[in-house]
This record gives sequence, C-alpha cells and structure tokens, in this order.
Amino acid sequence: MSGIGTGYDLYPTTFSPDGRIFQVEYAHKAVENSSTAIGLCCKDGVVFGVEKIILSKMLVEGTNRRVFSVGEHIGIATAGLTADGRRIVQNARQEAKNYENFTSDIIPIHVLTERLSIYVQVFTLYNYIRPFGCSLMIGSYDEEKGPSLYCIEPDSVALGFYGCAIGKGKQEAKTEISKLKLSEMTCKDAVKEIAKILIKTVHDETKEKEMELEMSWVCKETKGKHKLVPKKLIEEAVEWVKGQENEED
Amino acid sequence: MFNFEKEFLSDLNKEVKTGTTVMAVTFKGGVIIAADSRTSSGSYAVNRVTDKLTPVHDQIYCLRSGSAADTQIISSYVSYYTNMFSIEEGSKPTVKKAAHMFREFLYQNKQYLHAAIICAGWDPIEGGSVYSLPLGGSIVKQPFATGGSGSTYLYGYCDMNFKENMTEEEAEKFVTYGITEAIARDGGSGGIVRKAIIDKNGVRRKTVYGNKLKKFWEK
Repeated sequence: MSGIGTGYDLYPTTFSPDGRIFQVEYAHKAVENSSTAIGLCCKDGVVFGVEKIILSKMLVEGTNRRVFSVGEHIGIATAGLTADGRRIVQNARQEAKNYENFTSDIIPIHVLTERLSIYVQVFTLYNYIRPFGCSLMIGSYDEEKGPSLYCIEPDSVALGFYGCAIGKGKQEAKTEISKLKLSEMTCKDAVKEIAKILIKTVHDETKEKEMELEMSWVCKETKGKHKLVPKKLIEEAVEWVKGQENEED
Repeated sequence: MFNFEKEFLSDLNKEVKTGTTVMAVTFKGGVIIAADSRTSSGSYAVNRVTDKLTPVHDQIYCLRSGSAADTQIISSYVSYYTNMFSIEEGSKPTVKKAAHMFREFLYQNKQYLHAAIICAGWDPIEGGSVYSLPLGGSIVKQPFATGGSGSTYLYGYCDMNFKENMTEEEAEKFVTYGITEAIARDGGSGGIVRKAIIDKNGVRRKTVYGNKLKKFWEK
C-alpha cells in the first residue's frame, strides 16, 4: 500500500526529503485513535478528565486507569497506547524518587517535564526501538508558583498550557476550552465544565458505547496533593450536564 | 642502624589530613563560618595558610575536616550538582538541598571515606542554616556546629557562650575566640583564623592573623 511517506517511513532513523520523520508522525496517529483526555489549569489548581469507553460490562469501573500520580504532588493523564503511557509514568516515578532522595526536596514539575521529554526523545533516535505512541499531560499545583500544566507529545515536544486536550476529540475539545475563562474558574467549576465537554461535545453516543469519566485534580483544596476527584462530585457534574441538555431542548 | 628515610621522611608519606578546627554559627540574619589554617601530614605542616572555607554555591559554603582528598572531591561533586540543579530549576539551591547531597555521598560511600563536613549558608527560605555531617554520613540541622580535632576543646566554651539570635558582632567574636582557643590547645590546628559571613547580601571574608589572635590564659 503506498502512502505519503512511502520509502522514508520504515525507521525513525530516516528523514524524508521534506524534513519529516514519518515514524514519529505515525506515533501521533496512534494517540489520535484513543479516547480524549482534557487538562485545565484553573486559578486554584489543575483538573484532568478522561473519557473512558466501556468496552464490556464485565470490566470493573475505576480500573484500567488513564490518570496516574507521580510523587504526591504531580498528576499525569495519558492518551494513546496506555501501556506506553504506563512505561513513561514508571520512569517519571523513578526520576521523582531519585531527585527526592538526592536533594530532600520534591521535584519541581518543570524539571520532571524536561527530563521526561528527554527520555521520550531518545526513542525517536534509533531503528530498533519505536517511539512512544502516547501523549501525556502533566499537572501540578504549588502554593507559590500556582498551577502548572504541560503536555508531552510523541515527538518529545513539551509545551506549557492553560488548557489542553489530547486524543480523538482534541480539536472539538480545544475549541470548547478556548471559550472558557480559565483564570477565573475554580477547580470545582472545572470538574463540571470538563464533564460537559467530554459527555456532550466529544463523546458520540450513536457511534460509541457507554463512557466512564475518570477525573483527578491537584489543587488548593487537596493541599497540593494529586487525588481522584471524589465520586460524588463527578456524579453531581454528570447530573448538571444532563440538566443543561434539558434546558437547551 | 640509622635509616635516613625512616628518621626524616616518614612523616611525608603519611596521609594528608586536615587536623583542623572549624565552626559554623547562625546569627540574626545569616551564618558565620570560621576555621584554622593548618593542614598536616603527621607532624609536618603541609600548608600553614590553608583555606578550609570551601564555596559550594553563591551563598552556601562547606567546612571540611578529615582526609583532605576525600573532602575536596566530595565538595566539588556537590558544587557541580548544585550548579546543575540551579540551572535546570531556574532558582538558587537551598542549604538544605546542598547538605542532603553531601549526605548522599558521605553515606553511600562511607566504607571508603574519612570525611566530616559542616554545610552552612543562607537561603531566602530558611535564612541562615547550619547542617552537621559527621563521619558516618548522618545529617543534623543545628543552630551551631563545630568539627575537627580541635573541636573537642570547644564543647564547654560553646555550650556556655552560645545564644540564639546573636548580632553579627557577637557571633563574630564567638567564632574568633573559639578558633583561637582551639589553635592554642590542639596540635592539629594552627596558623590564622579565616572567617566568612554569609547573609542575604552575599559573602564577606575576613582573616585574623596569628599575631593578632587574642591571648587567653597561658604561661
């Protein structure tokens, strides 16, 4: 089958004549196949939300996590190949722990992000190991510096965001996010807004099966610790979204 | 039989140690660190004007006692890592961070090392701090610390004269007299008194030469 990159897309070690590395671009495609994850930087913290498609009624809810804690103060949400995401999170946890052992301080989020970025980049250099097929959003909240949110893509580019979405529905999600006033929003409001975007904008009820919402936050209320959003709050958010739908009808 | 090497040169082959007296004291606004200036190899003074006040970072210093080689290499490692971290993080390291790095090196390599360090400095979070890292690789934060062979003669003096939140003048007197006394009593310490005052404005170094040292009771 011939495609755009034929001949130059076998290994990450080959540049195409127009300067692209196709294997890394194909890794991006793997991320775009996965369900959406959103991260928002509010005035008092960072909130993550992931749309998890329920593949079977036999699956226990709350397992098959897409959001992870690194140290106590950093959260990472993944989109793409979950196994790849877990590998990077494992590396992140090692980095955080080593930093803490060596310096007795918790690792600052921008240091962790840069180190993960360097780690991901290594896998775009060789022909015997493939690039990671996942994007990560990394978030943390600090009393002095405030909330921070970064996103690392398979090409290892790490950018800081006020609001970010990765996965299948990222374009629609990003449009909705840009309409929000993030600097004035609290984390509790953000939980509702993320639920709204994931349930209404991103999730297509006709095409896909049911979805489960996995949400976590690092904020003033959790005293800078990364925790799952309490189930009650998620349920309230879902109710609120349903209420909004009825209003519009 | 007279053996020239055995009689005259045996000292020169002994390991170079910093016999030493070192002190670090917190005062209101920063820390003062002070040390003597003798490095000995047996009974030969290899260096009588040694500088044992070693900078680790802009406002973090360490005082070295024990094997000169061991302490020099470790302090240059910690200096390297604090510099790298501060560039990576975009902010200056705290004294706590530097002290804990010393601890990692000293503890993980304790079988091979004979090194004791006092890490002292100023940072905007804690102000002046002093951390003592004795031979085994433990770490203790203290209001003041003494180290080296001459420190044994100072325990009484320090306990009786130290006060929390001294002024800079009081603290300077405290360390100068302390080192002077240790030089008088300890064979492994001698020479001049080197001091450094570290506060939010930076580091000011001072020296008190031998003939200016106050004479306490002596015949």
